Amino acid sequence: MSDWSPAHNTNELIMTQHATILPILIPFAAALLQLAAKGYGIAAQRSIGLISVLLGAAAACWLVQLADTGSVQVYALGNWAAPFGIVLALDRLAAMMVLLTALLSGAALLYASDGFDERGRHFHPLFQLQVVGLQGAFLTGDLFNLFVFFEVMLLASYALLAHGGGMARTRSGLAYVALNLAGSALFLIALGMLYGTLGTLNLADVAQRLQSPDIDIALARLACILLVAVFALKAALLPLSFWLPHAYAAAGAPVAALFVIMTKVGIVSILRVQVIAFAPATATADLLDGWLVPLALATVLFAAAGALAAPRLRDLTAWLVLASAGTLLLVPALPQAMVTAAALYYLMQSTFVAAALFLLAALVAERRGELSDLFQSGPRLHAPWLALAFLLAAASAVGLPPFAGFLGKLMLLQAVRDSAPAAAIWSVLLFAGLLLMLALAKNGGRLFWERSPDHPPAGAHRVGWRRASAVALLVSPALLLTLFAQPVSDYASRTAAQLHDSQAYVSAVLGTKEIKREQRP
Amino acid sequence: MEALFSAAIGILTACGIFLMLRPRTFSLVLGLTLLSYAVNLFLFASGRLRMDAPPLIRDGALYTDPLPQALVLTAIVIGFGMTAYLVMLALRALAESGDDSVDAKEKT
Repeated sequence: MSDWSPAHNTNELIMTQHATILPILIPFAAALLQLAAKGYGIAAQRSIGLISVLLGAAAACWLVQLADTGSVQVYALGNWAAPFGIVLALDRLAAMMVLLTALLSGAALLYASDGFDERGRHFHPLFQLQVVGLQGAFLTGDLFNLFVFFEVMLLASYALLAHGGGMARTRSGLAYVALNLAGSALFLIALGMLYGTLGTLNLADVAQRLQSPDIDIALARLACILLVAVFALKAALLPLSFWLPHAYAAAGAPVAALFVIMTKVGIVSILRVQVIAFAPATATADLLDGWLVPLALATVLFAAAGALAAPRLRDLTAWLVLASAGTLLLVPALPQAMVTAAALYYLMQSTFVAAALFLLAALVAERRGELSDLFQSGPRLHAPWLALAFLLAAASAVGLPPFAGFLGKLMLLQAVRDSAPAAAIWSVLLFAGLLLMLALAKNGGRLFWERSPDHPPAGAHRVGWRRASAVALLVSPALLLTLFAQPVSDYASRTAAQLHDSQAYVSAVLGTKEIKREQRP
Repeated sequence: MEALFSAAIGILTACGIFLMLRPRTFSLVLGLTLLSYAVNLFLFASGRLRMDAPPLIRDGALYTDPLPQALVLTAIVIGFGMTAYLVMLALRALAESGDDSVDAKEKT
């Protein structure tokens, strides 16, 4: 045991050492407490949930600070060193995604605490468990552990998708669950093949083993590409993206807002395995070449066409999520750190903005009564702040200056300028942006400006402080990310630089000791 | 043994995929169950097939890889829970639409 246990620096504070696991433990403890507090009514569950997201956000800020020292913090669960034990690895990318999830889940929970959570049972524990799965998926450094956290996240999401009831949710839930179960089966096959060929499931060790000459290269490549296919299903790359618009549009508004980060889990996973494990090994360096960029561009075009045809604001927003997923899926195939940095900035703003639009769609639908958020002229809304929030979010979503969406897209376009498919990327992204702008401008005008005489003006709907602050929290990044573009994009650059230094990650996780391996037939 | 084992996995997978592509939720559930059996067997084989060997490392003695057994156990538990949820969802869809085809419309 002493030989394998990680060498801990005794000078380190105990708390700093255990900080990495806090984003997973806090919501998990909250979920258990909420189940225990069920008898005390929904107010108790709400308070526990809100305390949990507050603590989670504080922990996430701390992790961002810890990760910004530049070293990869490795947390050995069970105190067995990698690759024998399971580790969590905190680098800047993980910390950034943890913070993003914490903020997004905070806003979604605030919104849901204003009545949505009473439309079904067990909303609060499920919500916290979904956060556990998301944070775990971003933090883990082990591929099988990634599978487990994916399943935690998915199981909670299945139940959250059905929350509130109704035929549409059951129906799209059934398709969503069946598809993801098939995806999980593929994930396990990929992991089995990876373990069979490489003898390890630790990401850093996989990276090292892929470079060794005595592996079965064909089988290893097959395992890697299966893994990418599973992540592409979660990230909704084109032939695997038909589930997304139905599932996201059917989910309740705060659930859909939280789901926005789920496609990002797939994208970040592809990025991580590609940059850390596949790209440095000659056997797998060309794994994503030639097919990922065309498919990602096709996803963007497909999403833009879908957005033009969307009948409701929530459908349109689901297509926007798909468009940003397609844009971000370009990145793993383009290995420059500069592209990654631009994409990370774009990822932040697109997550917030899409979540904000889901919440706004629900608020608009509530005021318009039976017209819901269908794009038809209807009653006057009497809500200038709602229109203003929509304007901000929509302008940032399509990338109009001076909002964060514009900066993100500009940085991305500039970063890909020297890559081979630059012409295709530029024309598709700009054309798709134009289509999305058309869709949002036309339909936004119809929702907020066109009045039809048949409908009496909408009654006064009071929006409580919780929902108002949730919307404010999600819309404000469109401005804040512009105002603080310099520090944020600097952080994104440092994140990308650290991610692309895959050797540093590998040696941080595995240490410098030689790993003795058995000879297998 | 390898041939028998791989044939079993192949047949289970083929049946599972065939059933998954059927238009009824009942066959979908059955198909996913068969597929997860196949996957569990496949995972089990990833540590190599070895007869009459304990999953313990002793000096010089033959042993079998214990890790896939732990992986399979995790996969079984997760798959079981997921399938149970899918059955519940399928029953709810059946109750709401009176029809267990996967793209049924609402009962009118």
